[in-house]
Amino acid sequence: MISDPGYLRRRWVNRIMVSLSTLAAAIAIALLILILGYTLFRGIAFINLDFLTQAAKPAGEAGGGMRNEIIGTLILIALGSLLALPIGLMAGIFLAEFGNPRINAVVRFGADILAGVPSIVIGVFAYAIVVKPMHSYSAFSAGVALAIIMIPVVARTAEEAMKLVPGSLREAALALGITRWRSVIGVVIPGAITGIVTGIMLAVARIAGETAPLIFTALGNAFGFDGLDKPISALPLQIYRYALSAYPDQNQQAWAGAFLLIVLVLLISLLVRWISGRRR
Amino acid sequence: MSKNNLERRIWSEGKTPYSAFWAGGDNLKSDKTCETTPFPIQPAKSAARIRRVRSIGDRIFPRFTLILAVLVLVILVGIIVILFLDAMPAIKQFGLSFFGSTDWDPVNERFGALPAIYGTLLSSFIGLIIAIPLSIGAAIFLSELAPAWIRSPASFLVELLAAIPSVIIGLWGLFILVPFIRHPVESWLGDKLGFLPLFQGPPFGVGFLAAGIILAIMITPIITAVSRDAMKAVPDTQREAMYALGATRWETISRAVLPYCRSGLIGAVILGLARALGETMAVTMVIGNSYKMTASLFSPGTTIASKIASEFSEASGEIFIGSLVELALVLFVITLLVNIIARLLVWRLTTVKVEGI
Repeated sequence: MISDPGYLRRRWVNRIMVSLSTLAAAIAIALLILILGYTLFRGIAFINLDFLTQAAKPAGEAGGGMRNEIIGTLILIALGSLLALPIGLMAGIFLAEFGNPRINAVVRFGADILAGVPSIVIGVFAYAIVVKPMHSYSAFSAGVALAIIMIPVVARTAEEAMKLVPGSLREAALALGITRWRSVIGVVIPGAITGIVTGIMLAVARIAGETAPLIFTALGNAFGFDGLDKPISALPLQIYRYALSAYPDQNQQAWAGAFLLIVLVLLISLLVRWISGRRR
Repeated sequence: MSKNNLERRIWSEGKTPYSAFWAGGDNLKSDKTCETTPFPIQPAKSAARIRRVRSIGDRIFPRFTLILAVLVLVILVGIIVILFLDAMPAIKQFGLSFFGSTDWDPVNERFGALPAIYGTLLSSFIGLIIAIPLSIGAAIFLSELAPAWIRSPASFLVELLAAIPSVIIGLWGLFILVPFIRHPVESWLGDKLGFLPLFQGPPFGVGFLAAGIILAIMITPIITAVSRDAMKAVPDTQREAMYALGATRWETISRAVLPYCRSGLIGAVILGLARALGETMAVTMVIGNSYKMTASLFSPGTTIASKIASEFSEASGEIFIGSLVELALVLFVITLLVNIIARLLVWRLTTVKVEGI
């Protein structure tokens, strides 16, 4: 039977296709290692104390750092989270606890669609509703854009996390005479807190590297943070500008900035994996 | 009157028996046939107050969450309305000719979207052609072939690729991928396949080909993740039936697993397409920003997103800004349609799964 030509052919097809699938997975992982490894390798060479603590120098001058950009990115993450978390969490609570099937389907669909809107379009929207009326590029407008990107992620992950809390816990709380909203605040949310925090961290990782909506909302600011109604600089924005710059010094700084950004995102991703792994 | 009758009487007044007690039991006292009060009436007042306080919280909180949930929808609708209003000057000025014109002339204020739409579709198409075999293959490996100890870390690594910020992939693309494409890839393709219009012209490095490859890298994780989940949802009985018939591993995958989760796979690809259409930074950095329409993949080009990213902050004048906003509106509508199709397909997959149980 082994020498049957039909069987041999099938066995060869099987071997080839199985190896091709394995190869595809290997390529995907190799791409990650290439990009990640190269960025870390190129970037770490230019990281030093000056880079972390000094402001940017004018083009062509050696030295200088990304202090303002690092601070700006942290401020923008905080601002985006501040605007997005209440809305996202409450929408998630509604979907998991109070909604009826029909409204839920609509809200869920809307959140999924909002999550799929290209970030550049959200930037144009933030420009139209904040920058234009205020007649100024501002940190606040960038925060609004980042918040709109965060909201659907936070809402959907919070909903999923709260749905995993067993119904018997809610019933036990209600049986003790607690009202429904107190049972949500006091029982369901603490029960789902790891899932909710994981979702928030994923959303933060996403907006930390977001560049497109910042170009015409945050704009960039060479003089550091100057108030929420003034332009602000951000790490990804500066990487973009320096990458396209003609000065090798600035290209190097772009790699160093990329190193910082990628380390931040990697840390968050690993933390999320560690938390959700522990939960299982 | 028996107790049952009493209860029925109170029910018929639209009250529960307990609320009758809380209300002070007047109904019961006035009922002569009821010899004894079945329950002490003392805590009536405080209980009523607690109930009122509770019901305020229970009335306000769900409504508050409802308002913020609806706000998500308001934002979505707001994006459409605001973009439409801001694009109005350009829509009025150009009408439908906006979509047929290849002009982009800020000095004379004549604008058309055709090269940007062409570039968006072409680069996404190249990205899909490369990404589909790569990610379906990777998904088959992760869901069907990999031993258990490799499965979870490998999935994590593939998904980590999606977490790398787009600007960093663009930086890598600009300094590593573009020189690589310029020298071995494009010069080789030009040599061997130069008779096709696709591969003619000088090898710049930056251009549609580079943008397509970068997009393929960026959408591979999402297509892999969604199609892997779709394959995992295929019941084991399907595979076992194939093996029982003497099928090889590949025959099982290609004839039982893949057909069963077809709509999920198509949904995954379309989700990837939606990502590719809207991807901005990495593409802006490697596509070369030239407002041309050529068949050559080596030629620098532009996409809707990269046009907005590179010109919006410097644009002035109602018509110029309006045209850029109209581009954003076009991009929004395209991705909206693509996303809706993908969601419906992925949802159909989950309903099939529920029916199968």
